[in-house]
Amino acid sequence: MNARTTRALPCSAVLVAAGLVLTACGSSDDSSSSGEPKSPSFSGRGPITYAAAKDSSGVVQKVIDGWNKQHPKEKVTFVQLPSDVNQQRQQMIQNAETKSDAYTVLSLDAVWTSEFAAHQWIDQLPAARFPLDQMLKPVVETTKYRDHLYAVPQSSDGGLLYYRSDLLKKAGVSAAPTTWAQMQAACAKVEKLPEAKGMSCYAGQFQKYEGLTVNFSEAVNSAGGVVTDANGKPEVDTPAAKKGLDFLVDSFKDGTIPKEAITYQEEEGRQAFQSGKLIFLRNWPYMYSLAEKSKVAGKFAAAPLPGLTGAGSSTLGGHNVAVSSFAKNKATALDFIKYFTNHDSATTFLKEGSAAPPYADLYDDQALVTQYPYLPVLKKSILNAVPRPRAVQYGDVSSAVQQEAYAALNGDKSSAQALKDLQEALRKLSAQ
Amino acid sequence: MPTRTPPETAADRPLGPAGRAERPAGPVKPRRGLKSATAGSGRMAALLVSPTLLVLTVVVLYPTAMALRESLYGVKGLDPATGFISDTEPFVGLRNYADIFGEAGDRFWNAFWNTTFFTVVTVGLETVIGVAMALIMHKAFQGRALVRASILIPWAVPTAISGLLWRWIFNSDGIANALIGHQVLWTTEGVHAKIAVIVAEVWKTAPFIGLLVLAGLQVIGKEVYEAARMDGASPVRQFWHITLPLVKPALLVAILFRCLDALRMFDLPYLLVGAQKNSVETLSMLAQNEASNVRFGPAAAYAVLLFLYVFLVALGFVRLLGANVVGDDGATARKSQRKSRLRRVAAPGAVEVST
Repeated sequence: MNARTTRALPCSAVLVAAGLVLTACGSSDDSSSSGEPKSPSFSGRGPITYAAAKDSSGVVQKVIDGWNKQHPKEKVTFVQLPSDVNQQRQQMIQNAETKSDAYTVLSLDAVWTSEFAAHQWIDQLPAARFPLDQMLKPVVETTKYRDHLYAVPQSSDGGLLYYRSDLLKKAGVSAAPTTWAQMQAACAKVEKLPEAKGMSCYAGQFQKYEGLTVNFSEAVNSAGGVVTDANGKPEVDTPAAKKGLDFLVDSFKDGTIPKEAITYQEEEGRQAFQSGKLIFLRNWPYMYSLAEKSKVAGKFAAAPLPGLTGAGSSTLGGHNVAVSSFAKNKATALDFIKYFTNHDSATTFLKEGSAAPPYADLYDDQALVTQYPYLPVLKKSILNAVPRPRAVQYGDVSSAVQQEAYAALNGDKSSAQALKDLQEALRKLSAQ
Repeated sequence: MPTRTPPETAADRPLGPAGRAERPAGPVKPRRGLKSATAGSGRMAALLVSPTLLVLTVVVLYPTAMALRESLYGVKGLDPATGFISDTEPFVGLRNYADIFGEAGDRFWNAFWNTTFFTVVTVGLETVIGVAMALIMHKAFQGRALVRASILIPWAVPTAISGLLWRWIFNSDGIANALIGHQVLWTTEGVHAKIAVIVAEVWKTAPFIGLLVLAGLQVIGKEVYEAARMDGASPVRQFWHITLPLVKPALLVAILFRCLDALRMFDLPYLLVGAQKNSVETLSMLAQNEASNVRFGPAAAYAVLLFLYVFLVALGFVRLLGANVVGDDGATARKSQRKSRLRRVAAPGAVEVST
C-alpha cells in the first residue's frame, strides 16, 4: 500500500509516510504490575476463538465443528492467520501487545513457548488435566517454560533421512546408515554405479534461515553436543559441538554436500532429491507423500537421521495450543483444548491432515502404518529429538546461530572461531 | 498496520482526492498566494483544507510522533527470578540513537551503506536505461504500441512477485547460471547477492523513469529539433543540448521518486536473497527485523533515522536541483517561466500523442 499511495502524495507526506509502516507496529505499553506471575483462574464460559494458520485440508474446521455440535453455547470460531510462520507470530504478538481478547486459543510453533510464556502472553495450564503421560516425552518438553506447563501438544514433527533405496540396494548396501561415516561409505559405493553419475551424497537445509538453525542443531546434537543446556545456558563451544559442525563444513569442502546446497530450503532440497541429484536428503515427513508422486516414487525410503557414533538426533518441530492471557471464557478454552488435543482429534489430524500426532501409541497402529509407512521411523526420530534452544528471545538466538553457522559453511570462518563467537553471542543473549 | 484500521478507513475518502494529485489543492493555493485575497476567502480556504489536514494529522503526524516517542524507550527486561518479562519498557532517552555509534552499530552502518549503495547504483542505472527506453518509445515506428506495452510490464508486476520470479532465475540451477555457463550461488552472501538485487530492481523500475521521461519528451516541440537540424547539429548534440535540458524537470521528478523508493527498499532483497543477509540488508529490513523480535524501541529509532535520511535526500533534491515536486506554487520566477514555456510547446506534443 505504501509504495502506491505515497508516490502521488505531496512531497512531505511521502517522507513522513516512509516511517509509517514501520512505526505502526509500535507497542502500547502501560504500567501495570510487573514480574508477578498471574494466577490462572480459567473462569467464564461462552463463545471463544481459535487462531491458527490457514488450514488447506479443512480438517481443523471439521474437528471444531465436532465441538460446536456438542457445545452450542460455547461455540469456537476458527480465526485463520496467514500461512507464513513469521506473520502468524507477528499477529499473535500484536494481539497480545494490545491486550486484545480477539484470540482465545493460540496455535503456537513449538519454539515459541518460552517467548510467549515469559511475556505472559499465555497462561500457565493445570498439567493434571491433560493426558501428557501418553504423549511422546520430547514433544511434551516443548510445552514447558521453567518446568511449568504453558501449552498442550497438538502435533509434532521430526527430521527424517530420505535415501535412494534402489541405488543403495544395487550398490550392495543392505541397511540405511546410522552414522555419518556409514552414510559416506554408502555414497562412495553408490557413486561408482553408472546410474549415479553426477549425483551428490547428502543435503539438508543450509540457506540462512530457520532451517539452518534446525540443521546446525541437529548436527551438534547428533555429535553429542548441545547448543543450550537444560537450563537454557549456551554450551556450544565444546569439542562435541565442533565435531558436529565440522561434519557439515568438511562435507561442503569435500563435495559430500554439493556446493549449491548452501542455497537450499526444504523445497529446493526436495526438488534436487526428486530429480535424482541426491542420494541422501534430510527433510521433514511432509515430503514423503510428495516424493511418492514424483520420479523417484518407489525408489526411496526414510530412516532416522544418522549421527557421529550412532543414531542422530532430530530437531523437534510441531505445534502446541495455549490460552491467551487476555482472553475471556477461559473455562471453555481449557475444555476445548482438552477436546482438541485428545486421542480422537489427533487421529483425525493424522488421517486427514497427515500431521504427526503427539500420542505414542498412534505410531504403532498397524492400519495407520500401512497408510504412512514412515510412522515408526518418525517415532524413533521424535523420541531421539532435541528441542531447539529454548530461549525467551528465540528469534535472536536463531539469528545468532544462522549468522555463525552460515559463516562457517561458507568458509568465511573456521568452525572453531564460529562456535566461539556463537557461544559469546548466545551468552550475551541469555544474560539479558 | 491492522491496529490502526479505523482512522485509516475513515481517512480514505478525504485523503483520496488530496493524495491522488494536487488538483483539489490547486485552486486553493494560488488564491492563498494572492495578496488581494480577502480574509473571508482565506477562512474559507482554511475550512476547505482542514479535513485534509486533519486526516494528515491522524495518519501521518500521529504515527510519526508515536515513532519518535517509542524510539526513546528501551527493551523490556527479563526478571531472572520469576522468568517473566517486565510489563513496561524503560525510558532510555537517546540511547537507541547513541547505540549506532557503539557496539550494536555495525549492523546499522552496514544496513545504512547497503541502502545508500543500492540507491546510488540502481537509480543511476535506471536513469540511463530509463532515458534510453523513453527515447525508443518516443520514436515513431511500426509496433510502437507493442514495444511501449512490453517495456511497461516489469513496472506492472508487484515487487513481491518479481522478487520470487528473480529468485527462480537466480536459483543455483536457474536461467542466470545457464546463461553465463558458470555456477554462481546468487542467493548466498557476497557481491553477487548485491548484483542480483540490483539487476532485479533495475529491471523492475527503469520503466518507471522511462514512462515519466516519455511524458517529458512528448511536450518538446518538433520545431525545436527542426531548427537544430537546420543548424547542422548532430543527433548527439541535439540530445545533450535540447532533449536533456528540456526533459530535465520530468527526469528530476522521476529520479527523486525513485530515490525515495529505493531508500525504503525492503521486499526485493528480502524475497530474493533473504532476511538477515549482511550483504543486502537495508535499513527497512533492519527496522522490521528488530520490531519482529519485540524490540520496538530500537526499531523505531532506525525507522526515524531512515525517515530523516529520506527527508534530507528529498530536501537536497528540491533545494539543489530545483526539482518541482510539490506543484506549481511559483516558488521562483525562473521556474514558472520554464513552466509556461513548456506549456506553450505542449500543444503540438499533445497532438502527436494521438497519432
